[in-house]
Amino acid sequence: MVHGAVFVGEPLMPTTYRTDLKKVRGLGSAMGGPGTDNFWMQRLTAVSNIFAAGFLVYAGLTLVGASRASVQLFFSNPLHAVLGLLLIISVTFHMKLGMQVIAEEYAPHWLKVPCLFLNTFWTFSVAVACTLAIIKLYLGM
Amino acid sequence: MAETKPIAGARPMAPKPMSPHLSIFRPYVNMVLSIMHRVTGVVNYWGSLLLTAWLISAAMGEKPFNAVSAFIGSPIGLIILVGFTWSVMHHMLGGIRHFIWDTGHGFSLPTVRALSWVTLFGSVTLTGLIWFTALSLWGNR
Repeated sequence: MVHGAVFVGEPLMPTTYRTDLKKVRGLGSAMGGPGTDNFWMQRLTAVSNIFAAGFLVYAGLTLVGASRASVQLFFSNPLHAVLGLLLIISVTFHMKLGMQVIAEEYAPHWLKVPCLFLNTFWTFSVAVACTLAIIKLYLGM
Repeated sequence: MAETKPIAGARPMAPKPMSPHLSIFRPYVNMVLSIMHRVTGVVNYWGSLLLTAWLISAAMGEKPFNAVSAFIGSPIGLIILVGFTWSVMHHMLGGIRHFIWDTGHGFSLPTVRALSWVTLFGSVTLTGLIWFTALSLWGNR
């Protein structure tokens, strides 16, 4: 739409032949912003979460009713520790992106930014705390 | 993006047309599962707290770990954990269903319905298998 021509009192000829679309193209979120990153990362972490779920079930079944010593022994295996850390990264990132969509869609306007901030703070805190826990268990501390 | 200046004589924007939705439709399985996907996502978000508590308590020491283990092993803890397992499995299978759609396949109505029922029964079956194994392992410990 060339809005120069729509209103009474404007000259019949539009002042410019550039359309609105031409003016804004390339200035959206694709321009230095997140672009399609959220969409992409949601799917990337969805795939890695399938592997994470596999490890979670394996760990859960191995450690049913286990003592703390057996949990330490389990994570002293570097393979288990690495898979555990990857699970934490993948899952918390996916959690962050998923809840972000919900906040963006449902939170009332004034609560939107606080919700987005809290979501990021919370998921990153969970990630760091769990990472530290796995490292501590790996070291047998 | 810079806002365009209001133009003199421009009509005020009419309110967006809204249609009644959700409440007036008979629920279809794929519609219910679409909602379930979001709900299980939120459940997983908070259900991961249980996992976080378990991991962090294990890193903290004997006493906190035994307390959390006792809670998880209690009837309420087990009900939450079974529900969490189902929620994770349901969200995972739902995600795989979305991946099929992401490739541009599976959009015919019979396929959509079939995929929905597979997700539903698959999640219950996987949960049953996991917990059958878990409880037999627990009993033998």
